[in-house]
Amino acid sequence: MSMEMTKGSASSTAAEARPVETPRFVPAVDIYETAEEYVVLAEMPGCDPKGIDVQFEGGELSITGRAARREIPQAGWLAREFGIGDYARTFNVTESIDTEKIQAEYEHGILTLRLPKVETAKPRKIEVRTK
Amino acid sequence: MLDAIDRLNWWKRQVDQLWNGALVAEPAAYPALNLWDDGENFYVEAELPGFKIEDIDLAVAGCDLRIRGKREMQAGKDWAVHRRERPSGEFARAITFPAEVDADRVQAALHDGVLQVTLPKAPAAKPRKINVKVLGHQK
Repeated sequence: MSMEMTKGSASSTAAEARPVETPRFVPAVDIYETAEEYVVLAEMPGCDPKGIDVQFEGGELSITGRAARREIPQAGWLAREFGIGDYARTFNVTESIDTEKIQAEYEHGILTLRLPKVETAKPRKIEVRTK
Repeated sequence: MLDAIDRLNWWKRQVDQLWNGALVAEPAAYPALNLWDDGENFYVEAELPGFKIEDIDLAVAGCDLRIRGKREMQAGKDWAVHRRERPSGEFARAITFPAEVDADRVQAALHDGVLQVTLPKAPAAKPRKINVKVLGHQK
């Protein structure tokens, strides 16, 4: 296991300049590994696509997302089971990542990150010669 | 259809929310729903990240709304799993509104993983303003 979750929330600027204090949530994630890369899928529904931020520094990957502004009714609630807010989560990445080639995409409320391994970290098949 | 306990939970959550000001009690089922009523319409919001509109099925009858959906795991077969927190598979949830809905005028949209459904109330269910005629003062 080379990617482990560290903190639920990161110190980030995502919440700055919001009129009211916005709640912050830890997005649920799936993390997969292929021979070439790590794939992180984070559930961040209702984000402003321009408000999504991905940073990789010193072996720490942090993702933040700002909630898009939505009308929140003041009255008439019948049920209120989830809150609307920003997202933040940070991961420790011990594996060597080719940081230049990290890709991020936001679609259907899912942030997908692809973190390619550097060449040396890829598994290599060693030919065994026999005499 | 919501059973009595579910209904009770609704009210409990509403009361909890009054006390806490903020959100949120543990959701009872997937997906978590926000429901409200502005007099004309009922509104339903659900967070369904990773779903497309064609993966979601809505059915309305009388006072009832049923939401169903299905989501496949996005991973390839040979991918190693480090963390799997996102639910996958099928879900179904049903809601009973306190009044009848005009099924023909229900509208639903899915944007960035947020499902928003507007359900106009059936004409008979709408609040009516009753004009009170004042017939004169009693002495």
